[in-house]
Amino acid sequence: MGVEICVEGLTKSFGHQVIWQDVSLTLPAGEVSVMLGPSGTGKSVFLKTLVGLLKPDCGSVKIAGRDITRLREHELYEVRKLFGVLFQDGALFGSMNLYDNIAFPLREHTRKSESEIRRIVLEKMDMVGLIGSEGKLPGEISGGMRKRAGLARALVLDPEIILFDEPDSGLDPVRVAYLNQLIVDLNAQIDATFLIVTHDIASARQVPDNIGLLFRRELVMFGPREELLTSDEPVVRQFLNGRMQGPIGMAEEKDATQVEQELAALGDGDTTQTPGSRALTPRLLPGPGITRPPRWEAIARHEAELRHRKAVADA
Amino acid sequence: MRLSPAGALRHSGNLFAMALDVVRTMPRRPFQAREFIQQAWFVASVTILPTALVSIPFGAVIALQIGSLTRQLGAQSFSGAASVLAVLREASPIVTALLIAGAGGTAICADLGARKIREEIDAMQVLGIDPIHRLVVPRVLASMVVAVLLNGLVSVVGVAGGYFFNVVLQHGTPGAYLASFTTLAQLPDLWAAEIKALVFGAIAAVVASYKGLTAKGGPKGVGDAVNQSVVITFMLLFVTNFVMTAVYFQVVPQRG
Repeated sequence: MGVEICVEGLTKSFGHQVIWQDVSLTLPAGEVSVMLGPSGTGKSVFLKTLVGLLKPDCGSVKIAGRDITRLREHELYEVRKLFGVLFQDGALFGSMNLYDNIAFPLREHTRKSESEIRRIVLEKMDMVGLIGSEGKLPGEISGGMRKRAGLARALVLDPEIILFDEPDSGLDPVRVAYLNQLIVDLNAQIDATFLIVTHDIASARQVPDNIGLLFRRELVMFGPREELLTSDEPVVRQFLNGRMQGPIGMAEEKDATQVEQELAALGDGDTTQTPGSRALTPRLLPGPGITRPPRWEAIARHEAELRHRKAVADA
Repeated sequence: MRLSPAGALRHSGNLFAMALDVVRTMPRRPFQAREFIQQAWFVASVTILPTALVSIPFGAVIALQIGSLTRQLGAQSFSGAASVLAVLREASPIVTALLIAGAGGTAICADLGARKIREEIDAMQVLGIDPIHRLVVPRVLASMVVAVLLNGLVSVVGVAGGYFFNVVLQHGTPGAYLASFTTLAQLPDLWAAEIKALVFGAIAAVVASYKGLTAKGGPKGVGDAVNQSVVITFMLLFVTNFVMTAVYFQVVPQRG
């Protein structure tokens, strides 16, 4: 079972520049959450603060009841064993081949025999579809493969919490779809707590239980997926629909009057806009080969009901 | 990086803090023997040849200088003694230090810097592994061991080079050169030089590791870090050398 992450009043700044302030949220145990936000709003910084790589100015991050912002260095290394983190470019060790990369945490932290390590590594490599590339160096493979290898390495210690830093950046849409399916399958299989940091709206609509949005140095909203997708909050609507009209500008933010004009113009022409932009995208469910735990059974039932209701309404 | 007194102090403090961390982490098990051997081999392989090549002309220059000086003073019989003293006491630790910092330190700094900007170091920390214990300690130890061994190499090659130039090119007497070997130099000189080399090796590796692990700003940041690490190491080494020499003269009674 995953572990709950409880963030309270977290503030981080570099010098005089405040990255975000007073961020409070709870990532429920075993659920998938997505943290959205325009580029440069400190999503990666948030992720690094969660694992204790960066120290926040104030606030707390409680993981399994321990506040990691106040832990001593060696205690922090212990708590970090609960985590699996997929970095943006996989962050594989360039001097080792994929097999050694994925085996690395096992060799460092466990006393498993080499044959047992081999079994686990090959199992994880199979999970992310990398069988046959064991001997390749990270420099010799594509970005997508590096990401999958990074994921395999993050999974190898059976983490309770998995953090993804932009798993979909730099991947083609098909690979993104496969990766999303993989994330959902994984959640059904290993029951860990997932946090995905991204700005890919399509993934954010399909994959998570919860969505959060960072903008203008604060957490605009955090809540269940359906609540965010149907929200009337202008920032949330703008971001989830990926349009220019709204508070988010090219350089961070716009002035209030311009936003009002744009939104008014948008309101006039709303009928010509794509309908259903507030509609719920169907959720991605675990693949057919995966045995679904009760949580996912409930989600599947709920989805089926929604689809049924929509079909009735359309008819 | 902004230049300010506070910034300089902070960097010095952080560097010193990391040096203390290295000392504190050193006894922690398991010892990274594999990494240590790899690094020692690596540092040795990049430094042995340049060191030998540098120390031959270095010994020769000292022999030439001393040779003409002793001839003017009419003290040819002391040229061997003076050249051994110069090579053993000053030249070999300094040559070792320059080579360890220039060849070994830059390689360490570039390696760790590249890992840092590729987020490998972050990934390692997240996997629950302390980079100081896993990467820095083996490098510091390797660099210390190699520095001590290199110092021996420089002494031998330097003295041999000096002998060759004095005897063959300046027509000194081989017997006088060899006989005067121990008139000025003594065994504690060798120990002092080895201790100096040990300390220089440690400083070079700690500075290189610190600069590498704090590299930021993409590939250019790694280049800057390597550059700064060489400059800082050289400055520290020459200051340390001066202090250690001064202490040595106070502690060990001199001959002559």
